[in-house]
Amino acid sequence: MIKKGLITIFLILITTTFVSAETEMADAMRSNGKIYVVVAVLATIFAGIFAYLVYLDRKISKIEKEK
Amino acid sequence: MHSWWWKILCFILLGFTVVGGFLMPVPRLDILNETIRNLYFHVPMWFTMLVLFAMAFYYSIKYLRTGDLQDDIYAVQLTNAGIFFSILGMLTGMEWAQYTWGSAWSNDPKQLGTAMSMLIYFAYIILRSGLKDDEKKAKISAVYNVFAFAMLIPLIFILPRMVDSLHPGNGGNPAFKQYDLDSNMRMVFYPAVAGWILIGLWIANLKVRLGLVIYKRENTLQFDLEKTAEK
Repeated sequence: MIKKGLITIFLILITTTFVSAETEMADAMRSNGKIYVVVAVLATIFAGIFAYLVYLDRKISKIEKEK
Repeated sequence: MHSWWWKILCFILLGFTVVGGFLMPVPRLDILNETIRNLYFHVPMWFTMLVLFAMAFYYSIKYLRTGDLQDDIYAVQLTNAGIFFSILGMLTGMEWAQYTWGSAWSNDPKQLGTAMSMLIYFAYIILRSGLKDDEKKAKISAVYNVFAFAMLIPLIFILPRMVDSLHPGNGGNPAFKQYDLDSNMRMVFYPAVAGWILIGLWIANLKVRLGLVIYKRENTLQFDLEKTAEK
């Protein structure tokens, strides 16, 4: 009985240390390269937003010069 | 503000944020997991909002001193841009909370304080739309804006720190204590903050310039009409 209890406690301890050591992160996603897809998508969005801002900036500059 | 160097700097900083924000190593923390990367995107929204509101506050005081309607245009457009970033900050915060802590709205003191200051700033826009006369509109809203900014600081910095919260820097902790230990995160976080503030300034800058163009056009038109009326 005591042996069983000790084993259970031991197993619980092992699993808790194991779990805390292996905090879940998106490692698989990065290792197979898929995270770069997300980076590419976001980079595209930012490039688009910046291009749009540049376009607006130029347009407003042109209107300012018209006066 | 017409120069391009700071816009290019903004592009470089945010480009680095988008790539580095996903690929640079971050500390492994339970519950937070990869969402710790939201620090590079959610937090700078608030920093940008603060900078924009602080500048609007400055221009409101300047308007009250000079009575120049152009300063009013600066104040209102900076506030508009600030409100835009506050909405983005609130939405990103709610998304983060929904999938990390289980609910989008947990009555977190910082969330409540921010919601209150957002309502105060919404009222600023409504107040302006309710007044017809330009001078009166500018003067009343400038006074209101000074009080709005004076309310913003205790609502988002002082009150939430006196109680427990999900946000760092609350419940007696100094802000960013747990992140400060990690130099990897700082390497992305500081450029991210600078980049987001610059893009906020850029958007506000465009809105201000457009407002000034419209203002000048209307005024010259009025001036021409008065001239023809005199003849």
